[in-house]
Amino acid sequence: MPVPSLEDFMSRAYTMELEATERYAQFAEQLDTHNNREVAQLFRKLSEIEALHAKRILEEMGWPSVPALPPAFAWSGAEAPETAPFDSLHYLMQPYHALEIALRCELEAVKYFDDIAAGAAPQRVRAAAKEMADEEREHVALIKQWMKKVPRPAAGWDEDPDPPRIAG
Amino acid sequence: MNAPFAAAALQPKDFKSGYKPVWCPGCGDYSVLTGVTKALAMLELRPENVAVVSGIGCSSRIPAYTNCYGFHGVHGRALPAATGLKVARPELTVLVASGDGDGYSIGGNHFLHACRRNVDLTYIVMDNHVYGMTKGQPSPTTEPDWRSKLAPGGTGLREFHPLVIALASGANFIARGFSGDPNGLAALIAEAVRHPGFYFLEVLSPCVTFRPEQRGWKEAVHPAPVAPTDDPGRAARRLMTDDGFNIGVLYKGSRAPFTGMAAAPTDSPEDLECLFRL
Repeated sequence: MPVPSLEDFMSRAYTMELEATERYAQFAEQLDTHNNREVAQLFRKLSEIEALHAKRILEEMGWPSVPALPPAFAWSGAEAPETAPFDSLHYLMQPYHALEIALRCELEAVKYFDDIAAGAAPQRVRAAAKEMADEEREHVALIKQWMKKVPRPAAGWDEDPDPPRIAG
Repeated sequence: MNAPFAAAALQPKDFKSGYKPVWCPGCGDYSVLTGVTKALAMLELRPENVAVVSGIGCSSRIPAYTNCYGFHGVHGRALPAATGLKVARPELTVLVASGDGDGYSIGGNHFLHACRRNVDLTYIVMDNHVYGMTKGQPSPTTEPDWRSKLAPGGTGLREFHPLVIALASGANFIARGFSGDPNGLAALIAEAVRHPGFYFLEVLSPCVTFRPEQRGWKEAVHPAPVAPTDDPGRAARRLMTDDGFNIGVLYKGSRAPFTGMAAAPTDSPEDLECLFRL
């Protein structure tokens, strides 16, 4: 989908951050409900980080309120590039898995912005996209560092001694 | 710098209640809830002008998670409750939520007659081919060879084909969505609300707990390869040969919706009593 102006581009970037904020908050709620508090807390932290990014876009653009997207707006995938799918979760998942999800999302965001920066959009849009892509690359690096600080899940991490499923 | 577009009246989050969903992490129904709230925001509706009616089951918990009017009804009976509501309060937007067990088995008969009546309802059935809330019994849409300890050897029964049944029963609009695409679902739900008459939207919504293999549906779904038809004969042929994973609007009829009796009865209770006098 063509990006005709800087305002249009930044409203997309804002929406990406907002949707990521909301999705991580939903993930935190889901894992809270299933008593996986460690991962819930991590998703809550990720949600807070994305919310700060969204707020910064509003401030940078001087927008007093949330921009609404035009009805025809569509992403090339099912959702915004930085939004993790609902089926990413498992009730026994560990912090490492949550960071793997975050890493995938950040890499998708890098790709999205890189594509715009290399495309045929106006110069101001391409420059902003390059800046965004560089920021997302920093996030990728930070998440990779974070992943080194949490244990890698052992084989059989999803084995439940009292499983809900009664397999045949 | 000014915002590029006028600020939306309400955001999707404004349609959510304070109750946290208790579905399993990874459940497709989260995505349907997102699709519903996005569609309502897109349509610029207000929660007080919308009612969400449901039966029983995992999917039927949806009314509690929105701040619209809600009715969490009796098993299989969401459609008659919603029909009465819409006929009595036509100004309300009425969404009906159900699952494959609630909608096609316990409420199967109501499904047929709701299609036939064509009242202006949006019927969203979250189909995961299993009774999830009660721990994984086969439902009407379960494959005959799906085995579990609750169905050793599988049911051996042919699956119910809801889209074909809907068409044969007179449904005016038939579509299929996938929970892996919440934005696509939002667009289908918004179209359903705008459409006058009974809109049947089947949503493939994986049960990651009792049917974990359904995580693979994301690779199986694909957009319907042809445009929607308004010819019921052609639609029947398409639906009969459907692979179960075509996504989009599959039949788009133009039958006028039923809006209630043409004129209110004028007989007094006494007059009516006379008719029954022996």
